[in-house]
Amino acid sequence: MDFWSKNLPYLLAGVSVGGQYALIAIGYTMVYGILRLINFAHGDIFMVAGLVTIYASTVMPLYLSIPLTILVTVILGMLIERVAYKPLRNSPRMSVMISAIGVSYLLQNLALYITGGLAQVYPTIPFISNTVTIGSATTKVVTILTPILMIVLVVLLIQLINHTKIGMAMRSVSTDFETSRLMGINVNRVISMTFIIGSFLAAVGSILYFTNYPSVIPTSGGMPGLKAFVAAVFGGIGSIPGAVIGAMLIGIVENLIKGAGWTTFSDAFTFVLLIIVLLFKPTGLFGEAATDKV
Amino acid sequence: MGKNTNHAEATGNTVGTVGSVSAGWDHLGKRGDGPARNLLEVRNLRVSYGGIEAVRDISFDVPEHEIVTLIGANGAGKSSTLRSIVALEKPAGGSIRFDGNELTGMGTEQIVKNGITLVPEGRRVFVNLSVYENLRMGAYLRNDDLQSDLDWVYSLFPRLKERSWQAAGTLSGGEQQMLAIARALMSRPKMIMMDEPSLGLAPIIVQEVFDIIREINQMGMTILLVEQNANMALKAADLGYVMETGQITLSGAGMDLAQNPVVREAYLGKARG
Repeated sequence: MDFWSKNLPYLLAGVSVGGQYALIAIGYTMVYGILRLINFAHGDIFMVAGLVTIYASTVMPLYLSIPLTILVTVILGMLIERVAYKPLRNSPRMSVMISAIGVSYLLQNLALYITGGLAQVYPTIPFISNTVTIGSATTKVVTILTPILMIVLVVLLIQLINHTKIGMAMRSVSTDFETSRLMGINVNRVISMTFIIGSFLAAVGSILYFTNYPSVIPTSGGMPGLKAFVAAVFGGIGSIPGAVIGAMLIGIVENLIKGAGWTTFSDAFTFVLLIIVLLFKPTGLFGEAATDKV
Repeated sequence: MGKNTNHAEATGNTVGTVGSVSAGWDHLGKRGDGPARNLLEVRNLRVSYGGIEAVRDISFDVPEHEIVTLIGANGAGKSSTLRSIVALEKPAGGSIRFDGNELTGMGTEQIVKNGITLVPEGRRVFVNLSVYENLRMGAYLRNDDLQSDLDWVYSLFPRLKERSWQAAGTLSGGEQQMLAIARALMSRPKMIMMDEPSLGLAPIIVQEVFDIIREINQMGMTILLVEQNANMALKAADLGYVMETGQITLSGAGMDLAQNPVVREAYLGKARG
């Protein structure tokens, strides 16, 4: 009982942060599923979403700046694909990966230029910033809201992928570009759709995530992006349920480690996990086996 | 030879029953409805990969409602020809006219919309999709009701109906080939191109595949068939072309080519005379 009351705040924080990582991780895993590309710019798209909320909310009310953030992030994600990845469609995968790293640095440096290197204060979003008390834990509404919203979005996404025509097209394109074209599928449109979904979820994640932090700096996307990436690898990159489970695990364990007083080691856990997964089960929990029956 | 005639008769019977199931397949018309016209006309087609010409200036016709076959050895340029017709390879030159429209310069989706489908080499079914979903993908460009066509392809391939909800990757090679053909039919094409449909299949399954090819042809479908199994292909075809190192070296009625001593020696493994 004592263990529970002591750890409940950390557990709640873990579930919440895990939900936020999950929203980012889905973007990594979906893009990988379709393009076999690690979109290194994804964490920075998440950071840009944070900055857009900040700048937009200085000139307009939150009920406008939040939808605008989502819209701008989605357009940014789509644009990056068009400009930096699409021209390299028939190039070796390494070229696209290097292009992604380039976009990542470009976004960080643009942010540095625009913010002038100063931490930008994140607005207080009413309601989700309110305080609630659950048992022994006092926390913000966002802590409770995040896992619920994340699960709703994931369920909707899985419905889309499994039961709609565009979802079927996404699964077809993820196995075979050429044959998908032969079905009359516009492969580029399906790829754009994937980036739209990934960026949308990253934008939602950024609103939930940054609400817990005072400010955003150009490198704010780095750590959550990296952890979401580890979550996607742990779950088996390409698998959406895998990414969610990986993200929840990382979020919860990280916070329980903090609760035990080893805050210094909480990040190390994530990366030790990455090394262990890569050594012993490189395909992750639900990753596709590398065999193709022809 | 006698065995083969029996097969043709058996196929003829199935056509009768299947024909009654499919209501809307009259859009193709039948062979012998007026003078045969060329559905596909390829002129001076050239395809090259990094300076190597895989297809060198070939011209051929595919008359409507007929089975036309391109035969030849591995690497003769047969697959490249089919792939360039659906813009999976960009032709280096020449013209491809289909049903009155010039196809060169169009994208694959647009060509499919014009009524050509390719059953690709190695079947290429979507292994992670169910059989039913594969068929839905075949009809991706259609927005009308698919039910009657689904019923029809399931009646052509009863085994696919049994395995409707199974992932396509769990099917046997022969079943996957049937699915690839069924998937192509679902787009309601005017012409189906097949790239090595008999590749890697047991002889009895190959026979089944060819029965199906004849059967859908009898319903009015125009078929362009690429095969290494020259014997089967020429027996089924109205018109055949022999390709050698990127060029067409011989052409003629399927049966005539099957009797041609040069073809017999080079592709049918039979000695001259």
